[in-house]
Amino acid sequence: MAEIDSSGGGKHKGGKKKGKKLSTRVDFTPMVDLGFLLITFFMLTTSMNKPQTMEINMPVKEDKIEDGSKVKASQAITLLLANDNKIVYYFVDPTTGAPGTPQITNYSAGGIRATLLKENKLRNSRIDSIPIYKSMLNNHKITEEEYKTNVSDIKNDKNALIVVIKASDHSKYNNLVDILDEMLICNIGRYAVVDITQPEIDMLKTVNLE
Amino acid sequence: MAKVKVPRKSTTVDMTAMTDVAFLLLTFFMLATKFKPDEPVIVDTPSSVSEIKLPESDIMLLTIDKRGRVFFGIDGQQTREALIQRMAERYKMTFTPQEVKEFSLQSSFGIPIAQMSQFLKMTNEEKGKADFSGIPIDSLNNELGDWIWQARLSNNNFRVAIKGDRDADMPTVKRVIAILQEKKVNRFNFITSLEKAN
Repeated sequence: MAEIDSSGGGKHKGGKKKGKKLSTRVDFTPMVDLGFLLITFFMLTTSMNKPQTMEINMPVKEDKIEDGSKVKASQAITLLLANDNKIVYYFVDPTTGAPGTPQITNYSAGGIRATLLKENKLRNSRIDSIPIYKSMLNNHKITEEEYKTNVSDIKNDKNALIVVIKASDHSKYNNLVDILDEMLICNIGRYAVVDITQPEIDMLKTVNLE
Repeated sequence: MAKVKVPRKSTTVDMTAMTDVAFLLLTFFMLATKFKPDEPVIVDTPSSVSEIKLPESDIMLLTIDKRGRVFFGIDGQQTREALIQRMAERYKMTFTPQEVKEFSLQSSFGIPIAQMSQFLKMTNEEKGKADFSGIPIDSLNNELGDWIWQARLSNNNFRVAIKGDRDADMPTVKRVIAILQEKKVNRFNFITSLEKAN
């Protein structure tokens, strides 16, 4: 087995000098040590996971979104991303076209998410069937393909909530990603990131935000 | 009664098999490792629930750090070589073949093109210490737009990824998005990290 002949070149008792038989076996322990050391190093430096991303499609600059498709006022909610991790949202009055009272909320699950889920459900009752499709997918009752078509059909229902996201100059990048994340979580198919306008900046001022 | 003689066994074990396993694993990890490209700034990406993975190649990476500096990075050495030559032409500059070679090794940079030669002469330690100003993005001196445009001319299959810091300010982010739209990039990715379970 693995052992080192450490007997050294001791003198033999007999007078005749015999050619000593050296063992051909080598001790592998240091080699194993080295091997595992390098494994540890590579294991720690390897980054197996690729970074996560979020896809976003912006409208083509030339055709303005307002002209292309008229959004029904009752369907749209406008979210203004303000400073201090606050969101101000308002609805537009369908009859007068005037913006409604601004409400302040935040990025927590009980904040904007609850509002979005509630409002979306009011307009798009089919939204409840997404979890059912999800469980069907998990039980292999429907294919991935069917699941995707059904869900995107529900998400893009013509009555579904349309979210207009406007980030103020005092909000952070984190806020934008968070709100896009909420769009995913709340199954909102139609949303747009639009530039903030002066009346909205003024509106933020009325609630002491910027 | 005769005493049972317990044969004395050697305690040494054959290490060969263990060595085999160790080196097999070592080879695997060595081949599977892809070293992280060195980044000029540390960026703390926001988290999201999105599970889409970033494609491996053909990435144009725009990094925005918390001070609002913009860094530009692109995949592939040949593409970078082609890109620097196009940019040199665009800005009426000349780069020596050595500088072009050096540029092709840069994974990401954030300096105005006028300082490019100086930047390429720096050693890695100097780059680590240097305080880069970022690529100019204002409308008078829109170098980022040129970089994006020239890169798209060199290779049109690029996927644009924005890697922003959590605390990056919105005007810079909006400006970068506006530049992308100007350059007809209407589809891009935000790099995020996985949301911690809460």
